[in-house]
This record gives sequence, structure tokens and C-alpha cells, in this order.
Amino acid sequence: MRKLFKFHGGVHPPTNKTQSNDKPIAPVALPSKLVIPLHQHVGNCAKPAVEVGQHVFKGQIIGTPEGRLSSAVHASTSGTIAAIDMQQVAHPSGLPDLCITLIPDLKDEWIPREQRDWRAMSHTELRHLLRDAGVVGLGGAVFPSDMKLYSSQHKITTLVLNAAECEPWITCDDLLMRERAADILQGAEVMRELLYANEILIGIEDNKPEAIAAMRAAVVAGKHERIEVVAVPTLYPGGGAKQLIRVLTGIEVAAGVRSTDMGVQCFNVGTAYGAWRAIAHGEPLLSRIVTVTGNVGKPQNFEVPFGMPIDELVAQAGLLPDTTGYIMGGPMMGFRLPSTQVGVIKATNCIIAMSDALFPPAPPALPCIRCTRCAEACPADLQPQELYWFSKAKNFGKAQEYHLFDCIECGACSYVCPSHIPLVQYFQFAKSEIHMREHDKQAADRARERHDYREYRIEREKQEKAERLAAKEKAALAAKPVEPPVVATNPDAAPENTAQMKIQAAIDHAREQAAAVKPKNTENLSAEQLAEIAEIEARRARIREIAKSDVEPPKE
Amino acid sequence: MLAALLVMSAISIALGAVLGYSAIKFRVEGNPLAEKIDAILPQTQCGQCGYPGCKPYAEAIAEGSADINLCPPGGEEGIQKLADLLGVEFKPFGAGAEPKPKAVAFIDENTCIGCTLCLQACPVDAIAGAAKQMHTIIASECTGCELCIAPCPVDCISMEPLKESISTWKREYPIYALKPVHQEKSSGPSE
Repeated sequence: MRKLFKFHGGVHPPTNKTQSNDKPIAPVALPSKLVIPLHQHVGNCAKPAVEVGQHVFKGQIIGTPEGRLSSAVHASTSGTIAAIDMQQVAHPSGLPDLCITLIPDLKDEWIPREQRDWRAMSHTELRHLLRDAGVVGLGGAVFPSDMKLYSSQHKITTLVLNAAECEPWITCDDLLMRERAADILQGAEVMRELLYANEILIGIEDNKPEAIAAMRAAVVAGKHERIEVVAVPTLYPGGGAKQLIRVLTGIEVAAGVRSTDMGVQCFNVGTAYGAWRAIAHGEPLLSRIVTVTGNVGKPQNFEVPFGMPIDELVAQAGLLPDTTGYIMGGPMMGFRLPSTQVGVIKATNCIIAMSDALFPPAPPALPCIRCTRCAEACPADLQPQELYWFSKAKNFGKAQEYHLFDCIECGACSYVCPSHIPLVQYFQFAKSEIHMREHDKQAADRARERHDYREYRIEREKQEKAERLAAKEKAALAAKPVEPPVVATNPDAAPENTAQMKIQAAIDHAREQAAAVKPKNTENLSAEQLAEIAEIEARRARIREIAKSDVEPPKE
Repeated sequence: MLAALLVMSAISIALGAVLGYSAIKFRVEGNPLAEKIDAILPQTQCGQCGYPGCKPYAEAIAEGSADINLCPPGGEEGIQKLADLLGVEFKPFGAGAEPKPKAVAFIDENTCIGCTLCLQACPVDAIAGAAKQMHTIIASECTGCELCIAPCPVDCISMEPLKESISTWKREYPIYALKPVHQEKSSGPSE
């Protein structure tokens, strides 16, 4: 029996898992359209690789990964691309993002799938395959898996498969393990190989005995070595990566340290399954298991293609009329979906239909009485009552001093708060405000640098111009020495004479120029104009005569 | 008596030497206060304060010759920070100097004639282009100072307010709407 460890705090919310975990995973009928966001992962948004009107096959890449940290996006079924535009996505902001709309042709025709033996492939090939198959962390963080499967910098000894599924209502990992345990273990073997890890620990909360039994049976049946299925005590948030690592290995992952620095890497079971389907069956990540529960007639897990609109999915579970909204994720960490039209994404593990009976509106928040029950419940050893104080007062520097960024936003503090203060919302607000300020600060620093460089450049250009002119003059002077002897042989080369000569030359030059310039309007003149000119000339002659006669008299 | 005089003068000479040495050795280049002020300013380099850039304005504040409420892009928060740093009272913006929403310049490329006048006006070199070639704004570097708008001879530059996207989205301060209290209950002291 393995020795297990404890993490600080934790709460026991009602699990509400039995509603959905008694039925097998059901396939869904294809919806009328799929709205597939191109940014379903951490990192750069995928670049559209198809055109509107194009026919695509199931599994065809419709978004190519862009940059180092990115992942591919695929057509979840065969059909026609109807639009590539900004549409509302499953995000708490409710803002639009770039999506591809696919109208299924209901034939579900696959691209040619290649079944490969991973033992014959190089590690780089495997990582490229995972990236092009769009495999990302399905526990909710959607971090590209290929980026987590490096072990060059750290020696990984333990691979932890996270199957704790500590959030209430959610049962997708539970059902996946019950039904597809062998594939999960195969995927874990590939991951172990890529990480050069020694042992694999699979942490499952002890409220899922069927899943534990299924996984243990699969370990025996598959003759897997150094894989242990560990039942961990049910305690929210035991499925947090840091918390599960702590429980299984006793390793405390400190603030600012990655678990890989401590020799542990962590993946969700769904990710291991997805990786295996991609490698051994040539099937990119096109669908995932989603728990549809809450205020529905038939709460159940479905295998849902990405992009399926929420309303069409919930309709298949039998939506009840008094539904007031939908939560994506669990009730502790999930968020309310902005619309029922948004598509299922890789991060969607659960859809909970809300009703006033199941989720009564939160009572109004009362003042904090500093009872510190939140501090007792905090799994990250923080002081939520202090963080609340500073976040509410927008004293962000102080909040950071109290390690705001170690908060995993699990909601245990809000859950126990006797004053019903939405603590996590304050922390989320403070975090996003701090991020934005840092972003602004960086932009300002960059602008300052660019401005300073511009000033420097202008100064340098001025200097260079002056230097160029000086060099030109110098060169002209250097070229002149042929002339001075000529000047010297000239007998009247006295300074005043040369000056006079110059003036004379300038006058001559001006005269020549004046002679060269002809009036421009002397051609093609009419008789009238000629007469006018003659008259003007005559007048001028007369004036000259008068001027002469006027000047003469004083001489006499 | 003489010994005391000698000791005192020796001490003063030694201390004077130390002070003289440290004045040279630990000399502070530039004005540290102006640098601190410059770090608070938003570096838009727009000149709305009446100075030819953020640094000259920072120096003017440090000297005491400029007010702290002349920087609209810094917002009221900027004034508050300056007031905190300098230990003076907060001062609201004067009339007509209220901050505008953040925006970046946009060049209508159909109209641009490639005159390079905006390139010369941009304080942060955020416009790419060359003579008789089309110009375009490097949006990520544009500070929204609007200095390129006036020199453009064909008026092809406009300011586009920055739209909120998922990557720039900010969570709101948690505010809970109070429910109206029923008429018959409102006679008691409100919550």
C-alpha cells in the first residue's frame, strides 16, 4: 500500500456524480452546423488552412499551428466550410473569436488514416505527430501536449496521470476510464517513453471505484510494468496538478517552480487517450467526452465533436424547460456560457444546465468578519481574507506580496465563506488588472526605447550629414591645387584683382543668362496683340525720349 | 591646546577627503526624480502636455515648472501616481484635456501618396514606408499620439479605437446590483 500525503485545506462539496455516471458514453447525432474556434489551446491561434465553400473530410486540418507554442485544429466531420469569421466562443468574456463554420454532409468520411507503430518512430516525429493531431491537455488547461513531452532539461522520474476528477457533477474521466482503460494506458506508455520517466502513477479519487477497478484490470491485462493505479481520498481540489502531485509523491511544488523541475510531469487521462488515438490510429483530436448534466432529463456522457453548438448537445440529453443558463466546467471553477450557440471546444469537459432549484442565486455578500475559514480551506496555503482586502481596495502591489498569483482559483474559499463573498471573482479581477498593467508597462517601456532610439538616430544622421559635407569640402579643396599655379602665373593676381575678376565673371555670366532667356509669349500672336505690343513699345520709346530731354536741361 | 587643534583639523581634513571622494565616485547621473516621473508617464510622446515628449515633461515636473495634470493619456490614475510620488494634492484634468479611449492610427492605403511626412512625425518610428511607397502603421508599436494626422497632406490617417478582444479582455470589478426593497419594508433602516 502506497503511502499517501496530504495537502492543506480542501472542502467536501456535494459530488452530484451519480446522476450521470450510471450510463455509458453515448454518441451524438451530428448537429446542423459545427462552429469550430481556431484558438482552442494555449499559445498562438491556428491559421485557417481552408477556404469558404471548400469540401473537407473528417480529420482534415482546417487550422495549421502557428509558431512554436500552438496546435492544429481539424474538421470534426466531413462537410462544407460555410464561413470563416468572428463568432462568439465559449469564454467568460462572451467576446467573438475567429471560428470556422462547417456544415456536415452527414457522410462522416474520413481522411486516409495511417496506423503507426510508435516504437519505430523517433521522439521528434512523435512530438510533431501530436502537434499536427491537435493533442492538447484535456483537463481544462488545453496546453499543447507536445510542448510538455520534452525531458532534455529535466530528469523526469514520475509521470502522473490525473484522473482525480474532483469537481462536482463531472464524470467524463470516470466513464472514459471505465470504457477505454487499455487505450489510456497505451497513451501513458508513449508519454513515459518521450519523457524517459520511470514510473507512472494514476491518481483516481476513491469515489470512483468502478474506474479504479477497470484501470487496475487493464494494467494487469496489458502486462504494464511500473504503473500504479492509486485511489486518493475524495477532497476538493485534489485534482489540481500541484495538489495531486503532493498527495501521490509528497513533493511540494513551490511557487514559481514547475513540477518538471522536481522530476514530475502531469497529464490528464483524456490527453493520454487522445495521444494514443492520434499515434496508433491516425485519428486527430476531433471529439471528447462531455458530461451533460444538471437540469436535464437524461444526464449522461457524450462523445461530442468539437464545434457542436451547446443547445443542440443539451437537447440530446433532454433539456428541461425551467433551465436558466449553462455552466461550462464544474460549479466550483466553471463559468456561465455567454450564449447557447457557442461550440464545444477542447476545454469543455462538462455542461451543467442550471435551474433556480439546483443553483439558487447567491445570497448578497456580507462584510468580511475575518473568521479565516477561507485560509483554513485554501489548498495553496494562502490568506484569502488578506487577498480579498487588498484586491477590493485595488492595492495590487500588496496583493502580489501576499502571493496572489499562487491562487489556483479553485473556489474553496468562496465555498466556505459564511459571508458569501465571491472571493475568487475578486482574485480574478486583481490578476487580470495586474496582467493588463504589466502589459501597459511593457508597451510604455518599448515606446520609450523606440523614442530614445529615434532621437539618437536623428542626431546621428545630422552628424553624419555634417561630416559628409565637411569631407566634400575637404575633397574639393584637395582637388583645387591644380588652379593656384595658374593664378600665381597671372601677373595681376593680387587679392583685390582676383575679387574684381570674380565679380566681373559673375556679371558676364548673368548677362549671358539674361540673353539666353527669351520671352516665352512671342510666338503665334494675333494681329491685335501685335498692335498692342507695338503701341507699348512706342510708349516706352517716348518715355525714354522724355527722360533724356529731362536729364539734359540741368547739364546746360 | 595645540594637540586638540591638530586632532580636530586632522579629522576635518580626513572627513573632507572622504566627502570629496564620494562626491566624485558616487555621482548620480541625470535627475533621479525626473526618471521616476518618466517611468510613470505613459510614453505616448504625444506632446499634449506642451513639451516635446515624455522625458522633457518629466524633467519640467521635477523642476517644478509644470503641473501634474497635463498628461491625458496617463489618465487620472497617472495623476494620482504622480501626486503620490511628489507628495502633492491630486489635481483633476483641466477643461478639454480629458483622456480619450485608447486608439491606434490607421492609414487608408488607397489614398496614401507615399510622401513620408507621417514617418517624420511619428515619435516612436511606428510607421513603415518609404518615399513614393505606400505607408502602413505598425499597430503593435503605435502609441496613439495622433501626431501623424496633422502632417498628412491627403488626410488618409484616422484613429481607430482599440476593440476589446479575448486577449485584451479584463475581468470586471465584482459589483452586485442591489435588489430594490419592497415599499412596505422600506420604512425600517435600509440594509
